[in-house]
Amino acid sequence: MTDTNTKISFTPERLAKAKEMIARYPDGKQKSAIMPIMHLAQEQFAWMSQDVMDYVASLLDITPIEVYEVATFYTMFHLEPVGKHVIEYCRTGPCVLMGGEEVFSHLKNKLGIKKGETTADGLFTLKEVECLAACGWGPCFQIREKYYMHLNNQKVDEIIEELSK
Amino acid sequence: MEDIKPIMFKVTVDGVEVEVAPGTTIMQAARKIGPEVAPPAMCYYEPLKGTGGKCRACLVKVAAGSAKDPRPMPKLVASCITPVQDGMIVENFTSPQVVEARKAVVEFLLLNHPLDCPVCDQAGECHLQDFSYENGVGTTRYEEERRTFEKEDIGPYIQLHMTRCVLCYRCVYTADQLTDGRVHGVMGRGDHAEISTYIGRAIDNDFSGNVIDVCPVGALTDKTYRFKNRVWFSKPVDAHCDCEKCSGNVQLWYRGDEVIRVTARKNEWGEVKEFICNACRFEKKKTSDWVIEGPSKVKRASVISANKYAGNLIKKPDFALKLAESQYKKIDDTRPFVSEMSEIKKSEDYKTLMQQNENYFKK
Amino acid sequence: MATKILTEHISTPGIETFEVYRKKGGYTAVEKAIKKMTPDEVVEEVKKSGVRGRGGAGFPMGMKWSFLAKPEGIPRYLVCNADESEPGTFKDHYLMKNMPHLLIEGMIISSYALGANKSFIYVRGELMYVIRILEKAIEEAKAAGFLGKNILGSGYDLELVVHPGGGAYICGEETALLESLEGKRGNPRNKPPFPAVKGLYQSPTVVNNVESIATVSWIINNGGEAYAAVGVGKSTGTKLISASGHIKNPGVYEITLGLSCDEFLNSDEYCGGVRAGHRLKAVVAGGSSVPIVPGALFLKTANGEDRLMSYESLSDGGFVSGTMLGSGGFIAFDETACIVRNTWNFSRFYEHESCGQCSPCREGTGWMQKVLNRIEHGKGNMSDIDLLVDVSKKIEGNTICPLGDAAAWPVASAIRHFRDEFEWHIKHPLEATKPGAVYMGDGVLV
Ligand SMILES: Cc1cc2nc3c(=O)[nH]c(=O)nc-3n(C[C@H](O)[C@H](O)[C@H](O)COP(=O)(O)O)c2cc1C
Ligand code: SF4
Ligand code: SF4
Ligand code: FES
Ligand code: FES
Repeated sequence: MTDTNTKISFTPERLAKAKEMIARYPDGKQKSAIMPIMHLAQEQFAWMSQDVMDYVASLLDITPIEVYEVATFYTMFHLEPVGKHVIEYCRTGPCVLMGGEEVFSHLKNKLGIKKGETTADGLFTLKEVECLAACGWGPCFQIREKYYMHLNNQKVDEIIEELSK
Repeated sequence: MEDIKPIMFKVTVDGVEVEVAPGTTIMQAARKIGPEVAPPAMCYYEPLKGTGGKCRACLVKVAAGSAKDPRPMPKLVASCITPVQDGMIVENFTSPQVVEARKAVVEFLLLNHPLDCPVCDQAGECHLQDFSYENGVGTTRYEEERRTFEKEDIGPYIQLHMTRCVLCYRCVYTADQLTDGRVHGVMGRGDHAEISTYIGRAIDNDFSGNVIDVCPVGALTDKTYRFKNRVWFSKPVDAHCDCEKCSGNVQLWYRGDEVIRVTARKNEWGEVKEFICNACRFEKKKTSDWVIEGPSKVKRASVISANKYAGNLIKKPDFALKLAESQYKKIDDTRPFVSEMSEIKKSEDYKTLMQQNENYFKK
Repeated sequence: MATKILTEHISTPGIETFEVYRKKGGYTAVEKAIKKMTPDEVVEEVKKSGVRGRGGAGFPMGMKWSFLAKPEGIPRYLVCNADESEPGTFKDHYLMKNMPHLLIEGMIISSYALGANKSFIYVRGELMYVIRILEKAIEEAKAAGFLGKNILGSGYDLELVVHPGGGAYICGEETALLESLEGKRGNPRNKPPFPAVKGLYQSPTVVNNVESIATVSWIINNGGEAYAAVGVGKSTGTKLISASGHIKNPGVYEITLGLSCDEFLNSDEYCGGVRAGHRLKAVVAGGSSVPIVPGALFLKTANGEDRLMSYESLSDGGFVSGTMLGSGGFIAFDETACIVRNTWNFSRFYEHESCGQCSPCREGTGWMQKVLNRIEHGKGNMSDIDLLVDVSKKIEGNTICPLGDAAAWPVASAIRHFRDEFEWHIKHPLEATKPGAVYMGDGVLV
């Protein structure tokens, strides 16, 4: 393990956690820990900059390209800087049937941004995602680990207000 | 007495029987019979471990799984990765279902492929041209916008034209298996997947140049290829040198008496016989760097001597055929010497090619 | 009352804790299996139950287990597929967040049966909160001696690892899941070799869905024959159905296989009927990948028989008039739903989720999406309809993994049953592109 990058490093707690994650997998299979560690990294650094990915590679003792390949395959990893709250709303059929299109156009109007954009104050980023496995409880979105379900315009207003405080 | 297992399996491809060792794939068995029955391959590359299965160009029908269990397989299978069984009967060019599926694969691979063959360095030795010529239909039904990618500079030796890539992954396996540190790979997924270094760095280490030779299309080409000449204007010569890093066995491509590029030698399937190092490929461009062995026997993969787009191979007129016909020129070293792309663009040849190409796709 | 094999105690307060779960009879199956049964006896019991994989394909679980290669000196793995990403499916989510111990108990018994000492639960990364619930439950089970070294003094060791995905539907495909678990891109593998021979880390591996594994405790407690006595024909036992769309009561229901589709849709015990004031137009019975059918064909087969919620009955009529039970993602569409828009939506999903390895799927899903997008937005041509059918046929069966088929079927079936709606869109672009506009032609409403 060579940590050459001085700017980017885990807090001691997270570093310990990362080591514990690597140890979960059989010997020599430490690459398996790449996604758990990238989630951990995104928790701390908000998005996967090249430096963050290189740091992940150094923790796992793999080449940076292996991290880039994985990070660009999976949609949960943000490859650009994001706002404080990333709202990942579901655009898939069942949520649409439950009224998702109206609710999310309301959300966009309220924040004054389109999908993929961040509000000027850096508070919110909107990201369009596919089915979140909550179809019957839709329309839904996710902010970090939390699921917000059975959404309607009024609930959206309340959530945005709460998070804007 | 114990049964002695047969050491060889009998396999039939398009009615021709061949004996092969267990573990052989359908593709290898068919190749053993010969090019008449060998399925096309856009991703499989025998010298590289793990390749194959992706492009689906080589789909075949297994009409009987084995002597023991002669049921047909329910779906077409990728011949490059499917091992043979004793008594297997395979239909390739003789199966209408396979012919249809191949047409479909040609159409899919051409959907987003740019129509820039006239300016592509690979034209004339492009496997996609060959594949579509031999297996495709003439027209495209695609009316949507073609996909584009941001340009990426991958250093002084190799030119990346991502729009031409068919995502065969050969260059990735090459970098994994030949070089001491892969710096490029496949980024993104689905129809946005792309070959990239992600951070715009140079692909530069001793054997990285081999990605040019394995690339079936013009997505990875030689930046040092002097004069960007059309391949059918040049002639290949086998040569070797004493090299510390590689075998030194190469092919020199001459235009007049100038070496315009250096490549590895390829077998009749267009596969590299011995990979060569970057010094041989990119830096030794003088005849005096080499011991000349004599003119190369030109194999299937090159148009320059085979004249394969004319005559009895023609099955159906199609766009690749027309393109190829329009591009096919006998080697004629008396024509004026053009060295720069800008010069080439001014030439009559080039203008005619562009015009023909444009007319064809206008309709 | 219908038999509740999985969800009997799901509403019990505190059931997510070890303590309450144990009080309700939890972990007795582990005790029984590990103390009184050999691994082969456990496999035998599961075989007898006839339970079929609940992840979509419906392959008999006991048979899959008995195919596992057992070479000497090489570890074997059990991997639970909790990637649940098929639109319309949210049953595993429901089960895991409410009853984590049911899955863990099933994992322990199944791992014991297969001789695995390290087993994985691959949960889609979006469900990080569920991952935390599972990890907590694992800690509890470990503290109680049901996990870890020398379980219940038997000498059997097992470690459970919960592994997060990163946002990729394709990782639900079992070989893509294994690639992903190895820390790579989720590109499905070419088969053979099958996971049972070369799976995770090139070792023999069984991959099973959450719900499949969760049935194992009941089977061990009550016997395979008792399980097989529930259900109908080869559709033994119960199935979780996640219901969404235009119904009165969306949610997750445990049904006895063989329940009539009419009862499932209309009874208050389940969906409670189409939402008030509306009529049924179409149904996707088993997740977005299965063929969509008009409401009438969901309720009755083409021969006029009542259709049942079972593998066989739902697929009666094949691709012409039938559909599939799939993963149990039931989606109902009333007359306000636009089939063209929904088909485009689904095809956009498959384009987005294709791994991009093989050309028919990589190029074909994008092509279908773009054509459907044009039709939906008033720029279609009549020839586009046949083009879509043709492209879907050229993808189907020619790809590395079944995602190609899954992308093709919804398009082909929507056109088969709702062709007039597509034609209307193309002929009346101005009307069709008004917000909320829906074709109200002769589509059979129920
Ligand atoms: C594209 C695709 C996505 C899939 N997604 C899931 C999934 O999310 N969960 C699941 O259990 N099985 C999924 N499957 C099925 C799995 O490949 C596999 O058959 C299943 O996990 C086996 O478990 P079972 O036999 O218990 O059903 C998917 C298959 C495909 C082709
Ligand atoms: S760049 Fe060439 S070799 Fe590499 S994946 Fe694309 S087509 Fe294949
Ligand atoms: S069918 Fe689609 S998802 Fe499956 S391997 Fe091919 S490209 Fe990937
Ligand atoms: S469709 Fe939105 S959660 Fe499934
Ligand atoms: S050559 Fe066999 S799939 Fe590409």
